[in-house]
Order: sequence, then structure tokens, then C-alpha cells
Amino acid sequence: MSRNPLTSALTGLAFTLSLGVSGLAMQPTFAQVAPAAAATAPDLNAAPDELVRKLSTEVLASIKSDPALQNGDLPKLQQLVDERILPYVNFEKMTQLAVGRGWRQATPEQRQALSREFRTLLVRTYAGAMSQVRDHQVKMLPFRPGNPDDVVVRTQIVAPRGDPIQLDYRLEKTAAGWKIYDVNVLGVWLVENYKNSFASEINQSGIDGLIKALTERNKQFEAAKKA
Amino acid sequence: MRTALKIVASCLMAMLSVGCATIPPDAGKNPADPWEVYNRQMADFNDRADKYVLAPVARGYTKVVPAPARDCIGNIFRNLGDVGNAINNLLQGKPAQASSDICRVAINTTVGLLGCFDVATSVGLTRSNEDFGQTFGRWGVGPGPYFVLPILGPSTVRDAIGRAADIYTDPLAFNHWERAYSIAAWSLRLIDVRAGLLDATALLEGAALDKYQFIRDGYLQRRLNLIYDGNPPREKEEDEEPEDKPADKLEKEESAPAKPAEPEGNSGAQQEPKAEKPAPQPDQPAPPPGR
Repeated sequence: MSRNPLTSALTGLAFTLSLGVSGLAMQPTFAQVAPAAAATAPDLNAAPDELVRKLSTEVLASIKSDPALQNGDLPKLQQLVDERILPYVNFEKMTQLAVGRGWRQATPEQRQALSREFRTLLVRTYAGAMSQVRDHQVKMLPFRPGNPDDVVVRTQIVAPRGDPIQLDYRLEKTAAGWKIYDVNVLGVWLVENYKNSFASEINQSGIDGLIKALTERNKQFEAAKKA
Repeated sequence: MRTALKIVASCLMAMLSVGCATIPPDAGKNPADPWEVYNRQMADFNDRADKYVLAPVARGYTKVVPAPARDCIGNIFRNLGDVGNAINNLLQGKPAQASSDICRVAINTTVGLLGCFDVATSVGLTRSNEDFGQTFGRWGVGPGPYFVLPILGPSTVRDAIGRAADIYTDPLAFNHWERAYSIAAWSLRLIDVRAGLLDATALLEGAALDKYQFIRDGYLQRRLNLIYDGNPPREKEEDEEPEDKPADKLEKEESAPAKPAEPEGNSGAQQEPKAEKPAPQPDQPAPPPGR
């Protein structure tokens, strides 16, 4: 009750982007960095809760052990994302769900551009959030498999101080194993949260308008970072 | 002196009122937010108040006051907040949690030195997060229109009324104390909360396409989640999905990275052959997950 709604909203959003949005992107340049850690990476056929557990503990451990990551070193961060996170995220589906109705009208090129810009947006935010990770730990909550090919895995991020942070993942079973396609932080589903702004952008200025808005946002962010 | 103060005050007012919020043409079309035009203006005002007053003060606070002292201050306020958590858990028919909240207050106020140390959490009594807005929601009251409050920010009609009740029942309420002390205490509380969010706001700026919408939708989602203690019913579940599904599947096939795909990617662990595709209403909303 002592929480201000502003607080709630803001922390929610911050952490949405923090540990959660694992759907993060990479620059083409880093795309070909070899997945050196492939050996320790979670098995694609693992149960969804096991996959989430391994993924989140490993990512947290990497950040804790690497000061460069804590300082938001972008290239290193992108490498981490590529190796540890990207193989387990269906980014395309994430974008598609966030774009909603407009997705069907989009050409393949537009779809690609949307996914790319959305990813970039998220990886930047993720970079900022990563630098705040210190002594956080993952606590798995009891897993109740419901649907055979679409599940929610619930976890908490426990920080040395403050309340634990709810962090849930929605996964879908694909031919290549379970893939994360949405993340919930403090009660806020990420995809849902982008839906309205994407839809109103499309209503006002079409798919290209949305692509442009995303691209501009990314550029602004870049500029602000340099300043 | 007087005039100097006046000048400062009018400068502040000027800074706060300059510029106006950008109102998109479809403002107010969202059924959850009929007052969007007002709300955007108020959100814009709040942003400016934050930028020029609250955030700088909070930044100064984190510079001047060392971290352990800030932890202590934050814990004291949270301890006071546990009183309201207890009241609301009781009103929501969750006596077990209400008594846990009361134990927390008892432990933290004594062993925890007036709440300075959160001893209760370390002995396994987790903090609840309840308020009157949630209690009303639990009783079946809908949120009403989204409603941005001055300074306090995102709310709904229901939650704004709840907030008044929160403030009234708070141990720091105005009617219990000398007004000056009360104002000082609330200001410190506000600064404490804001200071805890300094990193978060920077992230938010970069994440949102339209910050107003992002905060609004996040707020509404989060409140629903809180009312159901983490298990909200998925009502408007995937409205567009059934249509999009085939396209989605196709799309994925085309562009899926050629992963070492095991065609039967079964996990084995949970493969009950029960299919309930259209309504993945996960579970009963009753027991909160982690307690």
C-alpha cells in the first residue's frame, strides 16, 4: 500500500525491459559471433520450466561475473544475448503479436523491418537494465503445465533489498523446442503493452509509419546515449 | 526575501506550464481512457514537475544521504505501509495474510527498530502489496476511466477513491499529526520513492514509443494483476490470434532460423494429452503463487 501507482508502473516497465525482455536483438555485425558457450547452453528439448531456469540463472551469472556487462558494454552484451538468449526466443512471433491486425497487411519486407527495429528498441533498453543487475537471484515458482504446447513459467527475481520482482515467461512449443514469446514483469505483459501504441501508429500513418516511428526512436536513443 | 521567493515560484510555475502535451487525433477512442485529452495534459504536467523538481531533489537525496540510511528510511515507510496491507487483506477476506502483515509490523517495529530493518522478511514473512483500490476491485468494482492524478500519476476512478482511503487510513494521515510533521513525512516518502526509481525512468524513456500509452497500459495491466494476486483471468485473450494463427505458422516456417530442430521437440515432463487450445485460463485465481 505504500507503493505509489507511479512507482508501480515505472518499476514494472523498467524491469519489463530489464531481465525480461530477453527477446533482444543484435546488430548484424555481431550476428556471426560463434556461440562459444553452446556446450553449457540449455537443451532445446528441455521442459519449459527447466529451460527458463537455466537460461535465467546463466544470464544472471554471466552479468555478475563480468564488470563490462554491468557497465553496459554494448558489443559484449549483444554477444551474450546472441549466445544465451536469442536461440530461445521467437522474436518474430513477439513482433507479430505486438503489431496485431496490421501484421497481415504487412509485406515481407515490412515484417522484417518491424522485427528488426522492435528488436533494436528492446536490446537498447535491455542494455540499460543489465547494468543494474547486481546480487539478483532467480527463484522458480511452482510450474503448472496447462496447455501442452503453450505454457507460462513463473519466476521471481529476488534482490538483496526491496520486494521480489515477478517475472513470468510465456512459451510455445515449436519444432525447434520451446520458445519464449512474451514476458511478464510485475504483472505487465510486454507484448500487450506495445499493442496499443503500435495500433494507433498504424491507424494514423500505416505500417510504414510504425516502422518509421520505431526507427526514429532508436536513432534518438542512440543520439541521447552519445550525448 | 519575499519577492525573491515569489520570483522563484513564478519561474517554476512558468516552467511547469510551458508547452503542451501532444494529443494524437484518436485520443479518447480507447474505451479504458475516455478522458485521454485531460490525462495527457496532466501526465505532461507531471512529467515537467518531475523533471524540474522531483527528480532533481531525489538525485540530490541519493547524493547526500548514504545508502544504509536511505534503506532505513525506505523500510520505515514500508513498515507503516504494512498496516494498510493488513487492513486490506482483512477486507479482502484473506485473514492469514492479514495476520502475517500484523506480525511483520510487530517484528519490524520492535526488533527492526521502528521499521528501520526489515527483519520480518528475513524470517520468511513476505510483504504484501495491497491497497483500497485493489480491495474495491476484489469486491467487483470495475476500474472506471483511467485518470491521471496531479503528482501521484497514473490511476483510475476506482483507484483514486481507493487512494484517498489509503491516505486516510495511513499512520501518517494528516488528521493524526501536526500538519507540518505530516507534510514533512509525506514529502520525504515521496522523495524516497522517487529516488528508488531514478534508473527506471531513464529506461522507460528509451523503451516506449509513446510514453503516455506505455505507462497507461502498463498501469492498467498491473492493477488487474495485483487485484488477482498474480493470477488474473485472461479475458480478452488473443483477440486476433485465431485469424492470425495460420499466417503465423507459415511465417515462422519461412523465416525460422535453421536450428538443429528435433522434429519431436517434446519435453516429456508434462505431456498430458489434454488439449484445451482456445481457453488457456491457467488456474484458479485463488492462491497467490509464492506464499
